[in-house]
Amino acid sequence: MEKRAVFNNRMLPFALLAPQIVVTLVFFYWPASQAVWQSYLLQDAFGLSTTFVWFENYIELFKQPDYYGTIANTIVFSAAVSAISLSSGLLLAVMADKPLHAAGLYRTLLIWPYAVAPAVAGVLWIFMLHPSLGTIARGLRALGIDWNPLLNGDHAMIMVVLAAAWKQISYNFLFFLAGLAAIPRSIIEAAAIDGARSMRRFWTIVFPLLSPTTFFLLVVNIVYAFFDTFGVIDAMTGGGPSKATEILVYKVYADGRLGGDLGGSAAQSVILMAIVIGLTAVQFRYIERKVTY
Amino acid sequence: MVERKRVGNIVPHAILWIGVAIVAFPVYLAFVGSTHERSIIANGLMPITPGALFFENYFQTIFVGTSGTTREPVGTMIVNSFVMAMVIACGKIAISIISAYAVVYFRFRLRMAAFWVIFVTLMLPVEVRIYPTYKVAADLSLLDTYAGLTVPLIASATATLLFRQFFMTVPDELVEASRIDGAGPFRFFWDTLLPLSRTNMAALFVILFIYGWNQYLWPLLITTRDDMQTIIIGIKKMIVTSDALTEWQLVMCTVMLAMLPPVFVVITMQRLFVRGLIETEK
Repeated sequence: MEKRAVFNNRMLPFALLAPQIVVTLVFFYWPASQAVWQSYLLQDAFGLSTTFVWFENYIELFKQPDYYGTIANTIVFSAAVSAISLSSGLLLAVMADKPLHAAGLYRTLLIWPYAVAPAVAGVLWIFMLHPSLGTIARGLRALGIDWNPLLNGDHAMIMVVLAAAWKQISYNFLFFLAGLAAIPRSIIEAAAIDGARSMRRFWTIVFPLLSPTTFFLLVVNIVYAFFDTFGVIDAMTGGGPSKATEILVYKVYADGRLGGDLGGSAAQSVILMAIVIGLTAVQFRYIERKVTY
Repeated sequence: MVERKRVGNIVPHAILWIGVAIVAFPVYLAFVGSTHERSIIANGLMPITPGALFFENYFQTIFVGTSGTTREPVGTMIVNSFVMAMVIACGKIAISIISAYAVVYFRFRLRMAAFWVIFVTLMLPVEVRIYPTYKVAADLSLLDTYAGLTVPLIASATATLLFRQFFMTVPDELVEASRIDGAGPFRFFWDTLLPLSRTNMAALFVILFIYGWNQYLWPLLITTRDDMQTIIIGIKKMIVTSDALTEWQLVMCTVMLAMLPPVFVVITMQRLFVRGLIETEK
């Protein structure tokens, strides 16, 4: 789509674009290209000389058993976060979509966690689940469960998943609510007249018609779990215990900072960039086309 | 309503209240924690009702700070966070609205190239280019400055796309009329387009304020001095590895203070917030 009426001015559009383009080039393109370049370089232990090593950093990376562990963590983490937050968001949205007394109040009471920073969500949950002082941890201990996320990797994973999913429920709830509002009432009424009960109507009509929203949210949730949960992990576990909660983004950070392995960290950055590009492409391609029946 | 039920709507109400309770419970406990004594919490004996130290704890948090780790009072961190969130939100809106204006209302060489350059940044979040970006900021001596906290985050493909989308729906007749009246590009932008964009700008502001306030990774890298920390980073630094030293009651006060502004914005500007959220994700 193009505008018919436009201004003719040679320099003005460049001046208007300049701030955005300058920031983009300096802080986005230049560092991204540096990451790609560094991923082909190997620095000696003292940072004095660098050599061009082609794909050695990548090969080294895939030789590390740790890296596969991190990939597995990322898959488990993002699958669990997406599953929990999508299903709770959908359940709550379906309930709030019914003509209820005080439906607006429920919306207000359910959307605010969107505004909580991931790192803060992490601290809220560690305060409840901390083995020595957490209120819920105390309850679990009373039930005879030896809960200790500081030492047990599975417990730590459960803890970060809960915190990350908790924060994302409100987002999914809002989008599902908007998706439900867009489904024509007449279709649902027609099914009701045909004798379909509430559950049946949901699975045969409402859920399929929601599929564009669900698919869109799935991609958004995966992106969230991959990248935006850095704060959750850093505030709660720092990737531990013994890397049980280290996800890909966290490893880029930890390897570059603590390990000082800049080439390896850069190679990981490049792999992550490829993942983002892939996810964005999927999002745009399918959102445009709409997943419908 | 499709069908009338005898039991009424007890089940949906119950499920929604359970949902609300699950969502609110961690925050309630944090509030409780912020009103108790350090030793009660550290010994794992915190009751689930608020204690008596509300004023003492919040006063110490805001004006004095923790005794051990970061000595900076949280008041300073709140100011830093506020400056960061405001500059990022306003900056993103300002530079995006003018770039969208250039792309939609002008014809020039490289127009589409410029659009794509902005668009591709969607695929380059800070998280995937951590150290090279840090190095650029360090080379430009932006460490521990407000400029360093904000400028690298100020480009926005999302906001530019949103304004572009909106400008496309503005009728061409408006530009034509302005031109007949003798208005140039500045006049048209200021007198016609900007007032029309007000709601979009407000909706975007709500989302971007929250985005700026909640930043974590970038301020973590770019700030080393205590007095430049944002509140979100401050919380993390208050939790020390040796648990006995962590002053949890002050951490929880800080957590409550860190949540207050963005949650307040979401609740009071709910309509704009929902609109902003749905528009930016289109």
